Order: sequence, then structure tokens, then C-alpha cells
Amino acid sequence: AEVLEVSVEARQVEEAMLAVLHTVLLHRSTGKFHYKKEGTYSIGTVGTQDVDCDFIDFAYVRVSSEELDRALRKAVREFKDALRNSGSDGMGQISLEFYQKRKSRWPFSDECIPWELWTIKVNVVNLANEQERQICREKVGEKLCEKIINIVEVMNRHEYLPKMPTQSEVDNVFDTSLKDVQPYLYKISYQITDFLGTSVTTTMRRLIKDTLAL
Amino acid sequence: AMDTDLSSQDRKDLDKFIKFFALKTVQVIVQARLGEKICTRSSSSPTGSDWFNLAIKDIPEVTHEAKKALAGQLPAVGRSMCVEISLKTSEGDSMELEIWCLEMNEKCDKEIKVSYTVYNRLSLLLKSLLAITRVTPAYRLSRKQGHEYVILYRIYFGEVQLSGLGEGFQTVRVGTVGTPVGTITLSCAYRINLAFMSTRQFERTPPIMGIIIDHFVDRPYPSSSPMHPCNYRAGEDNGAVYPSVEDSQEVCTTSFSTSPPSQCVFTVTKAHFQASPPVVTDTLKVPVMGLAFSHQLSSSRLSCQPAALGVGSADLGYPVLFAGGLNAAHPHQLIGPGREGGVPLIPSQPAHGTQADQERMCTPLDGGHFSAATPSSSEDTETVSNSSEGKCGSPHDLLETIFIRKVGAFVNKPINQVTMANLDIPFAMFAPKNVELEDNDPMVNPPDSPETESPLQGSLHSEGSSGSSTGNTHDDFVMIDFKPAFSKDDILPIDLGTFYREFQNPPQLSSLSIDIGAQSMAEDLDSLPEKLAVHEKNVKEFDAFVETLQ
Repeated sequence: AEVLEVSVEARQVEEAMLAVLHTVLLHRSTGKFHYKKEGTYSIGTVGTQDVDCDFIDFAYVRVSSEELDRALRKAVREFKDALRNSGSDGMGQISLEFYQKRKSRWPFSDECIPWELWTIKVNVVNLANEQERQICREKVGEKLCEKIINIVEVMNRHEYLPKMPTQSEVDNVFDTSLKDVQPYLYKISYQITDFLGTSVTTTMRRLIKDTLAL
Repeated sequence: AMDTDLSSQDRKDLDKFIKFFALKTVQVIVQARLGEKICTRSSSSPTGSDWFNLAIKDIPEVTHEAKKALAGQLPAVGRSMCVEISLKTSEGDSMELEIWCLEMNEKCDKEIKVSYTVYNRLSLLLKSLLAITRVTPAYRLSRKQGHEYVILYRIYFGEVQLSGLGEGFQTVRVGTVGTPVGTITLSCAYRINLAFMSTRQFERTPPIMGIIIDHFVDRPYPSSSPMHPCNYRAGEDNGAVYPSVEDSQEVCTTSFSTSPPSQCVFTVTKAHFQASPPVVTDTLKVPVMGLAFSHQLSSSRLSCQPAALGVGSADLGYPVLFAGGLNAAHPHQLIGPGREGGVPLIPSQPAHGTQADQERMCTPLDGGHFSAATPSSSEDTETVSNSSEGKCGSPHDLLETIFIRKVGAFVNKPINQVTMANLDIPFAMFAPKNVELEDNDPMVNPPDSPETESPLQGSLHSEGSSGSSTGNTHDDFVMIDFKPAFSKDDILPIDLGTFYREFQNPPQLSSLSIDIGAQSMAEDLDSLPEKLAVHEKNVKEFDAFVETLQ
């Protein structure tokens, strides 16, 4: 399981989450499989595109798939809304889990066996003025650069990847519902941290204020 | 040994994979530095031509350059493929930003399946490369190129050279893929000096009008293939600015990396300029360096003989050449040496177009021999004397002259200002600009007896102190230009600096002036008898009051 942490302003949450999720999915998506006779298959082509962030000095590459982008945006928006509605703390985490399905006999339902888990811990900060916000834009941009490098490091370890499935098994390994690309089966979940007191948020706020103090 | 374990088909496949992987790597890197957003489409039906199942466009010139650099070889131990990304300012300063290295080491993975696992891992590595190319500092720089600088690339094959990245460069590893013949590693070494430089200052600067496209296009051959248009459209933000594929630069660098003498040109010019004061050398070295590569090669391409004039060190000539060459777009402005017919440096007919300019640069100028090599000149020498401010005949001035001209030819800035910007501090454009006075410009009025040490430093110091004498409004202290930190405030309509200056000398308080003081005292005196009468009337009350206080 890989854990990444970011501290962002409320308006940066969506873009920061999308940047990380898209980078992971870029590495975990292939072209569409086309099975031919005799158990061979050919793979479609994955296109990519650059995305510029509006609230962060940052750009990232994502898979060219509107369906995938929509799915991720929906999840991230829900997460952002939950964060906002939870109260003043602004702490939570969003998880991206890759899993394989194992068919069970009736009456048991199929099992979902995770094989890779990415968790992004988010801490939302509130900044007082435009100057602080400008610095935050740059700092968060730099932080995200580090996160991308971390993600790539993990990917390069070539740890477990599911075996390439036969045609009958392909839906147990890949999400074949999209029309242009084929990510590994994944699910996104999130949780909002709900405790008060000397929360990390307050400490972070203080830290940032101290750093920015003139 | 190694190869017997690998079937011949597998070996062939592996070689093909590595070759195309190298080509795609170059494409990804160069495209990521074009300054524009890249977008390719996914396609569910395999086209059969998309290597590694990724839609990566193939820019023909880039493939051509890569193939040229590889020359049919594959990355192997000790033979790495490097893509160097550098920045070149409109003033000619050049700086290496990144070196992307595709290397092979000896660690073999015999068990791995070539056609399947290696292929997929190479695909994964390309995806990582796509991601990483957006997070190094050069990405943001490249997205803002076109106005004051451009991003260039060059590909070379052989030993990795990281010395141009400055001190403290950082490395990021993109990834590795083990194969039966070795492990492929892809990494990037990048300069960090600019990392904290805000790229915003480039946004604020309006685009330089009239940048000559020719400058970035060096055509050694008149019939060379069309270059990439360097579309510096004034006023347009993210124009499709291509990194200029400087053919000569590409080839030059191949020879650059293998031939030591060419390296000396740029580092030891000082030593060779025995006759001339180092002032000139220093200043020439820096701004010219960026172009040195291309011009050097173009000269050799045209088979010019540097030794023609009996010059001991061919190195002497190059900086001068380049200065001349920088006027490629304005042949008329080419200076003295061109006009003296005897010096086979520059043909007396100012030719037009870059081709002729290349020829122009072909023969070096020997400072020491200069005066001797000027037989009856049919051309006007006034160009020389005019430009060198009354001094002529000595190589020092000539070089000086060239230097000035180079600057003038190029950018629409006052000569002295740009000259100073080029002095000693490369990329001085990144540093705050001071208002230069011509008198302080050592290029205009060079010091009479230059020291060998650092006259440049001296000139800079003098410039600093003279600069401080301007804008002085008080005897008490010297204020150059009051730029108080954080002085811009949206709330106050007035600039703090202006406020400070205006209210530095407030007028005296009126109550402190003598006239008014005298007036009020007179009033006080007049009212005294009245007050005394009141007090006498209430003397009992006052006494009682005083008692309560005790």
C-alpha cells in the first residue's frame, strides 16, 4: 500500500487528487484487448494528453479517455464535497484500489482481492490573503512534482501485476466497460477524518503562517 | 555466453524493441519541451504502428536527428543515448538545463520474456517518462518559451556529459527494465539553479519584436532540408514554438563530444588572447558561447582553414567569428574586418541570407595579425573607427566593436544596456536590470590600462557606485531607487516609495514657528486678569477641593 500526503487549499483539492489518480491510472491502463482465435490477442493504443491546473502551478499527463476522466472527476467531487461538509477540520483521505475478481460458487458472491492500494491523505488549509495563496500555488505544485516522482518510483518496482487473462477471465482483471482504454479493475473510496482538538490542521495552519510571516 | 541463451528471434525482437524505445524516448522528451500541450487519441482498434501501445507522434526531424546520433547502434554499456535540453536567450546566452540518459548496464535478466514482459515494461517506462517530463523544472520554462528564450535539444550518443549542468544538479530516475542482454535505465539529470527562479518574469516582458528567425537557423548547406519554423509570433503566447533543430548543432555536438580541441575554444579563450586585454575575452566568451557550437561546425563544413592566416591557435578566431555571425541577419552591420579586403575573413560583398553569412564566418581572425593582414582596403574604414569610438587598428578595439555590434544587431534594446547585461553574468536578464550609463560602460570606454585580473569586476563595481550617485536627492544619504519590500499595497493608492520620498521633508509644525507662538502668548496675557478674577471669587471652593486631594 502506498500512502501519499498533501496539504492543499480547498479549491486545490480536486486538481491535486485528479493529478495523482490520473498519474496512477496512466500506468495501470492498457489499450483495449482484442482476442483472436487461438488465444492470442492484440492491444489497442492508449493516447495521452497534458492537463494544466488552474489553481496549482502544475501540469500532468492523463490517459485520453473522457469516460475515465469523468469517472475520476465524479469520485473526486464527492470527496471534495464530503470534506467541505464535514466541518472545519478539512482532513480526509481518498483511496484507489486495484483488485481482481475471483468467481465463487453459488451462493457466495464474487470475491474482490486487492493487489495494489494507493491512499492520498489530504489536509485542507485555509489561507488568509492573496499573497499566501500565491505561495501555496507554487508550493503545492512542487509537492505534486515530488508525488509524481514517488508514484513513478513505485511503478518501476515491477511488483505484482495480475497475469494477462484469457478471454473468459478478462473481466476479472480489467475494466472492459470503457470504449477506448482498459484500466485494471479499480475502485475509489474515501473517508473523512472527523476528530477535533489539536488536529493536524491547526498545526499545519500554524506552520504555514509561521513560514509566511513577514 | 549471453547470446546463446537468447533465441535468435528473441534477440532480433529485443534489438528492435530497444531501437524503437530509444526513438520514442527522444520523441517524448522533445515533444515535452516544445512549449505546447500534447494530446493524442486513444484508439481501441490496434493500428499496428503504435509502438508499445502508446500513441506517441513521430516528428520526422526528431526521428531523423535521433537516428543520426545513433548511427545504427543501440545503447550499450558505455554507449548511452543522451538528449540534452538547453535554453538559449535572445541575446545568445545558452545554458544546459537537463540531460536525459538512456543507458544500458550489464545486469542481465535471463529469465525474462522478451516479447511479452520486456515489451510491456518498456511501455510502462514510456508512460513514466511522459509523467516525469512534466515535473522537472525545464517543463515550466519550456511552456513559456518564445519571447526571451527558446528551448533547444541535441542528441548525442556515447559518454554522458553532465558537466554543463552546473553544481548541485539533481537526478531523477524514470525507471529500469531488465532484459536478457542488460538492464535499460532511463534517468534525467537536471540543473537546479533555475529551479527557484520564477518564470513569471517572462510573462511580464512583452515579446521582443523583430527577432530574426535566421538567428536560430544555421544552414551549412544552401540546399539543406527546411528547418523547423521558429514561430516567434509577437504577441502570441504559447505559439507553436519548435525547438530549433540546428542541424549544424546536432552534428557539431557529435564531434564536440569526441574531439577535445573544440572544447578548448570556450574555456581557454582567455589564455589565447595574449595580445588583447581579458576584458574583451570575458565578455565575448559568455554571450557567444551559445552559438559557438553551430558556428564552429559550419566553418569546418565549408572547409575553411583556420590556419590560413598563420594563426597559432585557431581558437582565437572563433569568438570573433561568432560575433560576426550573430549579425547574420544584418549583414550590413558586419564590422571592419569584413570591409578590409585583404583579410580573407569576410567577402567584401555583403551577401544576403544565412548561407553567405556562414561563409563569412568561416575564416578566423587573428588578433595579433590583424594589423598586418590589412592590405589596402578598398572598403571604408570608418565603420571600424565609428564603432570603436575613435580607436582603431588594434585587435582589442576590433573585438570590442564586434561585440557591441553583435548586441545592437540583435535586439531592440539600447546597446549599452544589453551590453552590460551580457557582461560577466550570463543570463543577466534573469537578474534585475540597472539603468546603465554609457560612461560607465567599459565596452564604450574601455579602461586604459586593463589589469589581467578581473577588470570586469572592476567595471561592475564602478558601475555600481556611479549608479548610486544618480537619483541622490540628499546630502545625508544616498538612495538609488527606493524599492521597499512589500511596498505595493492595493489599499493605498500611493506607492510607499513615492510616499516616502514626498514626505521625507515635512514642513515644520505651525505651532513651532515663532510668529504664531508670539501671537498666542499675547492672547494668553490678555486673558489673564479675567481668569484671576474668576479664581478669586471661587477661592473657597478651590481650597476645599485641594483638601479632598490630600
